[in-house]
Amino acid sequence: MKATARWSQGMAVVMLAVALMWPCASVNQARAAAEEYLIGAVFSVTGGASFLGEPEKKTAEMIVEQVNKSGGINGHPVKLVLYDTETDATKCNLAVKKLAKHDNVPIIVGPSTSGESLAVVKVAEEEKVPLISCAASYKIVSPVEERHWVYKVAGSDSHVVGKEFDYMKAKGIKKLAVMTVSDGFGASGREELLRLAPEYGIQIVADETYGPKDTDLTAQLTKIREQKPEAIINWSVGPTQVLAVKAWRDLGMRNIPLYQSHGFGSRKNIELAGGGAEGVLLALARVNIGPLLPDNQPQKAVIMDYTKRYADLYKEPISSFGGHAWDAVTLAIEALKAVGPDRAKIRDYLENKTGFVGQHGVFKFSAKDHNGLGKDDLEMVVVKNGDWALAPWK
Amino acid sequence: MPVTDRRILLVLALVLAAFPWGVRAVGAVSHYLDVMVFAGIFCIVNLGLSLLMGFAGQISLAQAAFFGIGAYSSGILTVQFAWNPWAAMPMGMVLAGLVAWLVGVPALRLKGHYLAMATLGFGVIVHIVFNEEVRWTGGPSGLVDIPGLSVAGTPLRGEIAWYYLVWGTVLVALVFCLNLLHSRVGRALRAIHQEEKAAEAMGIPTARYKVQVFVLSAALAALGGSFYTHYVAFLNPGSFDLMWSIRFMLMVMVGGMQSLWGAVLGTVLMTFVGNEWLQVFADYEVLVYGSILLGMALFLPDGLVSLKSIPVRGWLRTPRSSTEGTQR
Amino acid sequence: MDSAWLQYVFAGLTTGSIYALVAIGYNIIYNVTEIINFAQGEFVMLGGLLAVFFMEGCRLPLPLAFAAAVLAVGAIGLAMERFVIRQARNASVLSLIIITIAFSILLKGSAMFGWGKDPYRLEPFTAGGPLLFGGAALQPQALWVLGLTAVVVVLLSLFFRRSIYGKAMLACADNPNAARMVGVPVRTMVLLSFLLSAAIGAAAGVAITPISLMEYDRGALLGLKGFGAAVLGGLGQFSGALVAGLLLGLAEAFCAGYLSSGYKDAIALVLLLLALFFKPEGLFGSSEAAKLKRF
Repeated sequence: MKATARWSQGMAVVMLAVALMWPCASVNQARAAAEEYLIGAVFSVTGGASFLGEPEKKTAEMIVEQVNKSGGINGHPVKLVLYDTETDATKCNLAVKKLAKHDNVPIIVGPSTSGESLAVVKVAEEEKVPLISCAASYKIVSPVEERHWVYKVAGSDSHVVGKEFDYMKAKGIKKLAVMTVSDGFGASGREELLRLAPEYGIQIVADETYGPKDTDLTAQLTKIREQKPEAIINWSVGPTQVLAVKAWRDLGMRNIPLYQSHGFGSRKNIELAGGGAEGVLLALARVNIGPLLPDNQPQKAVIMDYTKRYADLYKEPISSFGGHAWDAVTLAIEALKAVGPDRAKIRDYLENKTGFVGQHGVFKFSAKDHNGLGKDDLEMVVVKNGDWALAPWK
Repeated sequence: MPVTDRRILLVLALVLAAFPWGVRAVGAVSHYLDVMVFAGIFCIVNLGLSLLMGFAGQISLAQAAFFGIGAYSSGILTVQFAWNPWAAMPMGMVLAGLVAWLVGVPALRLKGHYLAMATLGFGVIVHIVFNEEVRWTGGPSGLVDIPGLSVAGTPLRGEIAWYYLVWGTVLVALVFCLNLLHSRVGRALRAIHQEEKAAEAMGIPTARYKVQVFVLSAALAALGGSFYTHYVAFLNPGSFDLMWSIRFMLMVMVGGMQSLWGAVLGTVLMTFVGNEWLQVFADYEVLVYGSILLGMALFLPDGLVSLKSIPVRGWLRTPRSSTEGTQR
Repeated sequence: MDSAWLQYVFAGLTTGSIYALVAIGYNIIYNVTEIINFAQGEFVMLGGLLAVFFMEGCRLPLPLAFAAAVLAVGAIGLAMERFVIRQARNASVLSLIIITIAFSILLKGSAMFGWGKDPYRLEPFTAGGPLLFGGAALQPQALWVLGLTAVVVVLLSLFFRRSIYGKAMLACADNPNAARMVGVPVRTMVLLSFLLSAAIGAAAGVAITPISLMEYDRGALLGLKGFGAAVLGGLGQFSGALVAGLLLGLAEAFCAGYLSSGYKDAIALVLLLLALFFKPEGLFGSSEAAKLKRF
């Protein structure tokens, strides 16, 4: 080793020490305004699930601004402390710890994906901070005894599967082909599809998967066509659900009805399919189809209000994912309004909350159910003339 | 181990021991302890990688795969077979080592970009297996409710306990690697890095040494993976994909490949940069991260530790002069 | 009759020719500089997104939008060489890998700001439904992709065999010092290689967007598959890249069809690893040539 190596390596150690002790400049600001009510948020604003995190972030920011404009919560201004998880479980874990310990927030909304949510369940329990996940997996809130502090506002996959199977049963479909994307969303849907099919007298004749960045799904659909199913169900989010529609059309398989997951519930997908999506069926939360609802439907007012405000502010249509953030943030605000920034009281408040009219349904939380939704909170819709229409049951 | 290394080690141990009190005193950074636990876990992973890349001169884009093999071994053995976590841990290391040996024997005959492609391909295959073997790994939905670690009957709770466990392990691994470097094996590795043909001509069994280092780096990565598993208590394949292999490589590069201290420095620094310090940039974070990397690779290719031996003036004038000796 | 296999052939050839185009992009730069440019996949992504921008933002007709996208990405390639790669002439392989990865992160990040995170679509180059061949459907756009690949391969071979620039570029690859001594402007050739490779990537991007949509983070995976094809075919071998790209695409399609769709990527990669282990210089590379390379 050279003579210079000694002082230099010593310097490396000093640098390491300095780096570790580095006090972050932005840190002290959070403490400055004491009477602010904080709401912590962790969304996948970038990375693989950015299509979830982006509208969630926009919605959360919109609501908080709205509340502050109308005088805050009981006179307290609200501040959203939002961290991007980059769709990364490790990062999300650290972000939630930071929100709980460092920012000392009374409640956390998010994360966006099931994987990230499951990676922070333990943190919420250990830190005793209420967390309202925007992701779907039922494992996030079950077993409920071990999920004392954890809630979720996204309906479970079993609700969507149940609704679509109800519809298939009504249409006399017995042989179903399943195609799912190999990520958390698709895998969770696949589990429920395979688990629930026998209960509805449906036989799964094909079970295909593909990657989230695949460019062509004709191979999978060709294989499915060989099995002669009476219906196909595709379970994915992002570009692949559009590719499935395109391949289904190109292969001339329109005579076999194509069902999609609720993930298809954005008008952009209909546009992206370039007219190919006609006839695609899916179960959707009412947030996506506000204008189709009858005026006496209890959710109609909040949905139309959200739809309009979001479109005015961001010049783009709402998505069902933003709806999750609406439900989570609005719940957080109602809790803060009712009991103030006290973690334990907020938790108890959430557990007893019923009749909360949200974007995704009328929530009925209880000690046994930290989700509060059911399959009745969904509607079957069909793509007709480039837009959603309520699907005819008879 | 030379005196210098011993002194640095002592200083490092003292700094690390004092760290929790330091951050507590400055309340604003109390959560840094959480970040440090992950940084420590990644250090264990990267020490092996540093030996492999910096000393033996072999590229590996499969480190996240071995990290994952350790993590999933621990996860599956404890969840599905109710093993004791401490017994599952060495199993994961053995398994990762075994896989590394099987892959390493043919792969390490390759060079440069071909070796990069082979390790990259292997890493992606392992990631796909994690995704597809739903019965064992839980697939993309992940493996939940993994038990935590307990020491002498008391469960390991809280960041402080984890911090000392993880960083204690890092120090032990560091001592082991430093000793290795100053043994016959270490000298042979550096000979391989500098001129493989010559090393071979001198009678050094280069192939065997390369595979051995590969196996060692895999076993260390697996150990890190086991800690990760029990710390987070949840696993999904996303934590072990190609992006992570690249991140591990970057951590080692940023600190400086030619030095184990560099690996530690780079890992800690990049863990903080990636998870903490760039958050103020919000949406622009990814651009800042990319720019830092680009700047580092262009102007400081030997990593932060190289700042030591170049007088500042000379460094400003000839930013690339230091790389000439370390090409290929 | 069972027409499934034909459908798999169509699917495989379409994706395979994209892999081939990406692989050719790698090869052009590698041939001249011995650098593997990990930002290659991002050129494809940018090509697709820029074409969408020129068509829908600037209302250009398709041929003009195509040309504009290719030129714009070519300019990005030039800028990358001039302002980034040239700063690192003497860097080690690893540094170069990091540099190109960092640049790809920057490109991806910028695309995220420019276009957001949603996928975009482009109308097919020619309207009309799929063509049917004995029960198997072929999209007209797939023919465009295949045609584009064929044209690129032919033009490139002509360029490197016949034109003085092409020969000069190959000379730079063989021995930069000797090339400089006989008067070849090596720097210009390096610049040219980045321009060409970015332009080809962009063309591939425009061509597949009507089939597969395009969004900001699509580049990495395309880059990975293309790199696989380049290595499998033997780095620097254009015909090798073409054959290997098509082989990878076909292997994936047939695995998805007959074996397991979840493992299709893995099976393609296992084939690649086996090929590397038994023929380390790639299917079409010569071991003598490989020894002359620095990396």
